[in-house]
Amino acid sequence: MLAQIIRYFQTSSAEYWGYVGQHLFLSLTSLIIAMLIAFPLGYLGSRNNAVAAFCQTFSQLLRIIPSLALLFILIPIMGAGVIPALIALVVLALPPLVVNTILGFNEVSPVLKEVGLSLGMDQRQLLKQISLPLALPYILNGVKLALVEIISSATLATYIGAGGLGTLIFTGLGLYKMQYVVIGAVSVALLSLLSMFLMDWVIRKVREDDQSNY
Amino acid sequence: MTKAIIKFEHVAKKYGKNEIISDLNFEINQGEFVTVLGSSGSGKTTTLKMINGLEKPTKGKITINGNDLNDTNLVDLCRHIGYVVQSIGLFPHMTIAQNIAVTPNLLNWDKEKINKTVDDMLNQVGLDPKEYSGRYPAQLSGGQQQRVGVARALSTNPPIMLFDEPFSALDAIIRQDVQQEVKELHQNLSDKTFFFVTHDINEALFLGDRVMIMNKGKIEQFDTPEKLVAQPATDYVAQLLGTVRQNRALWEQFK
Repeated sequence: MLAQIIRYFQTSSAEYWGYVGQHLFLSLTSLIIAMLIAFPLGYLGSRNNAVAAFCQTFSQLLRIIPSLALLFILIPIMGAGVIPALIALVVLALPPLVVNTILGFNEVSPVLKEVGLSLGMDQRQLLKQISLPLALPYILNGVKLALVEIISSATLATYIGAGGLGTLIFTGLGLYKMQYVVIGAVSVALLSLLSMFLMDWVIRKVREDDQSNY
Repeated sequence: MTKAIIKFEHVAKKYGKNEIISDLNFEINQGEFVTVLGSSGSGKTTTLKMINGLEKPTKGKITINGNDLNDTNLVDLCRHIGYVVQSIGLFPHMTIAQNIAVTPNLLNWDKEKINKTVDDMLNQVGLDPKEYSGRYPAQLSGGQQQRVGVARALSTNPPIMLFDEPFSALDAIIRQDVQQEVKELHQNLSDKTFFFVTHDINEALFLGDRVMIMNKGKIEQFDTPEKLVAQPATDYVAQLLGTVRQNRALWEQFK
């Protein structure tokens, strides 16, 4: 087995890095799109209860639907390929992002916002100088959860023809070549772990910067 | 020649059907130190927040420095009224210097002027700028944080300073120190008007040139401490002052 794995890397390392690249491209693109949707939505949700309630219900519904099901539901509507895979991943990433953004903004003490206003800030300055920096650790935590979710779910994107490390796993399963399955699965796990550590490090950095002990 | 810098005319404030403040009328002159005394729910904090526009009156007219509050840009107004709150409200993600520089930055002062202001303000409240500018609020004691809160409120040299129970979270000894300091601060800055809300009668009598006693959204009496003691206008005021006498009696008893 080990010999087979080593041989794979000797002969097909270009192919392997291609899959990794596809996987990362899928994951990061969908993360960025999801963030662009989730941050404004979360900010609105923190200011408006109706939006917050809607987001929370929507998030819980999404949690019930398995990622794989979501991917397949999109095939009849969107066909196969990268775009439907991206859409599915974005939808999966939204709940942790939105919920944590709302949480982050809600955690900012109303007294601090009032003090900000009383020092002469308008709403935009208040957001930029007070609310956003204080909500940032929570928001980044949402990014972490979303990223891990996306990286693992992107494995399944292979099924609708979007490529990525899932290709190795499903090829291996189809041809009964376990070395492919192991390489694919371990790589996905490593990517997940790495992204988690990276985000944890970023969050720690941010927290150190503001020294806020609360 | 004294000038009314804060003027309330028939001001009322309702939350839904709840009337927090009914028909409030008073004038405060420039340079006065006014303390506002009342229990929670008396409307004292709401009154304070109406001065810097954080709350809007449902009825009546508020004039600040001759300008009707309705016609004033509230953001600009806030930048010219200092505000110190009970929970101190320092921004935890900013250093002491950054906290003090918030409003100067909003006003786009140049760097040199801001740095000088930060140092001046810290000196004014008795904190060494070299030692404290770079620290974060969490690294300071409660009393020091409250001093920074005052320094921040003073940063733009505002003609009016509002204090919302700033010392109620401090313990008794530190509290007495900062009370003394605020009193001296006002003596040094005698053209500034201080509007100080508290529920502590001793604090109110000690600090105020005049004391406004509020109960259930109305003013019971607004007078100098001497007048209050000599001629309490209502039973409520008399009862309040009675508590001071009781404290003294307790002191005598144990002496």
